[in-house]
Amino acid sequence: MIQVEDLTKRYGSFLAVDKINFHAEKGEIVGFLGPNGAGKTTTMRILTGFMPPSEGRATVAGFDVFNESLEVRKRVGYLPESVPLYTDMTVYEYLTFMGELRKVADREERIEETMDAVKITDRADTFISHLSKGYRQRVGLAQALLHHPEVLILDEPTIGLDPAQVVEVRNLIKDVGKDRTVMLSTHILTEAQNICNRVLIINKGQIVAEDSPARLQARLAGADRVRVKVSGDGTGIHGSLEGLPGVTRVNKVSDGEFEIETKPGQDVRPEVARRIVNGGWGLLELRYVGMSLEDIFLQLTRDEVEVAQ
Amino acid sequence: MSNLWVIAKREFAHYFVSILAYAAAFMIFLIVGILFFINNWGAAQQGSPPDTRSMFGPLAFLMLFAIPALTMRLLSEEQKTGTLELMLTAPLRDWELVAGKWLGAYAFMLVVLIVSLGFPLTLHMLTQPAGIEQGPLWASYLGLALMVGAMLAVGLMASAVTENQVVALLISFAVLIAFWLIGSPSSLLGGWMGNTLDYLDISNHFYNNFYRGVINTVDIVYYVSLMIVPLYIATQFVSSRRWR
Repeated sequence: MIQVEDLTKRYGSFLAVDKINFHAEKGEIVGFLGPNGAGKTTTMRILTGFMPPSEGRATVAGFDVFNESLEVRKRVGYLPESVPLYTDMTVYEYLTFMGELRKVADREERIEETMDAVKITDRADTFISHLSKGYRQRVGLAQALLHHPEVLILDEPTIGLDPAQVVEVRNLIKDVGKDRTVMLSTHILTEAQNICNRVLIINKGQIVAEDSPARLQARLAGADRVRVKVSGDGTGIHGSLEGLPGVTRVNKVSDGEFEIETKPGQDVRPEVARRIVNGGWGLLELRYVGMSLEDIFLQLTRDEVEVAQ
Repeated sequence: MSNLWVIAKREFAHYFVSILAYAAAFMIFLIVGILFFINNWGAAQQGSPPDTRSMFGPLAFLMLFAIPALTMRLLSEEQKTGTLELMLTAPLRDWELVAGKWLGAYAFMLVVLIVSLGFPLTLHMLTQPAGIEQGPLWASYLGLALMVGAMLAVGLMASAVTENQVVALLISFAVLIAFWLIGSPSSLLGGWMGNTLDYLDISNHFYNNFYRGVINTVDIVYYVSLMIVPLYIATQFVSSRRWR
């Protein structure tokens, strides 16, 4: 549904997107994950026909985003990051206007349906300028969903929402994603983990990793981790555990709490438990931590982090 | 419905909830009304025939101020608030967006012109059975409508250039005044240069012909060109947003 080949975008001498390749199929929710300025928005703007690529090519639903831009735009629903809306209109007027531009069939019915789906029906006659950030976000989403687009491109769709709204919007996206193609950008890792079938990690304009959240986790898990908690401050436990086969490092988190890094694939838990009990420390907790997507993300985009620090 | 109409309809409706549009209309009708009353009252005292030109003179001149104010937000605001991104990713062509905006503004100004018919109509009823001269009246309205269309296109072009509304206002004001004055030195220059400047002058085509009841194809062509060229340039500016 979305096919991107060697896509490159330069702003003057700045390389925003550097020869990226990916594809997304129908029924897939693809997450675009990366730090700010990584090229997420630029890529999305190219896919929506807002700006042309400098090099390379992208097709949406079989149409070239540059040469057949209008055909692409008909098939895409887009929520830009800043959620631009006409604040001088009411919600209903605005959706009517967008529906007319999009030539939506059975417009009134469709608007009611969409307002229902994003739960803004009670604000239909409110001026958009009077809406809270959460409601505006949903109006933006309604606008993107209105014409039943084959492809939905959402730039940071849950930013600025309260936790309950975030859950609602995520469920909505999952629901929509069943029979369409959704591409969303986020820098919230749990979001990518929760709703995406596939995650693309992008940094400095390049895709540095691509896989399902679970496989990405497994593949990149250079280290597994186990957390233990003992009664007392655990003096001497450090040395005792560090000598265990398979253990690469022991970090003290706080008094009586330690994190043990192990070589991948080795389960050191039984031996750790034995040592602690035999050593006379009271074992309160023993927990497998694994490696979070967050760690993977940081690992892959470390340069960025180091610069930021 | 065509995209052009969808955009035009929105802009037209926007003017009716815009305090700025009401203020501009208020300015036009107040000043024109005062001058219209003074002139015709004076004419009545002296026993000279009633003249609608006392309305069209100031009405045309006031457009120089009203139109930049009414066009400044058309594209500037869309750039500033980011809604332009929404428009440029909707299935509509750039020229449809630009022409639609112009059409919406034009429709509003035509309403203003229709309302201004109240002045000559009143005069016509007061001066029965003779009434007022119909020829110059309708020719002036036609000329004014054409000139307003051209001025709106210039204002829209200025609005496409910048996301700052005040800057857009100043640019369109400057360009319109320049077109208003450009013909002035023509009599000094003479020759082809004088003629060229004369032809470019936006006010000459109105005051020398339509205002006097003369309808010339040359003048119509001039005003229509002055609608098309700025609209074309505005479209290029909007399209260039994609490349930045």
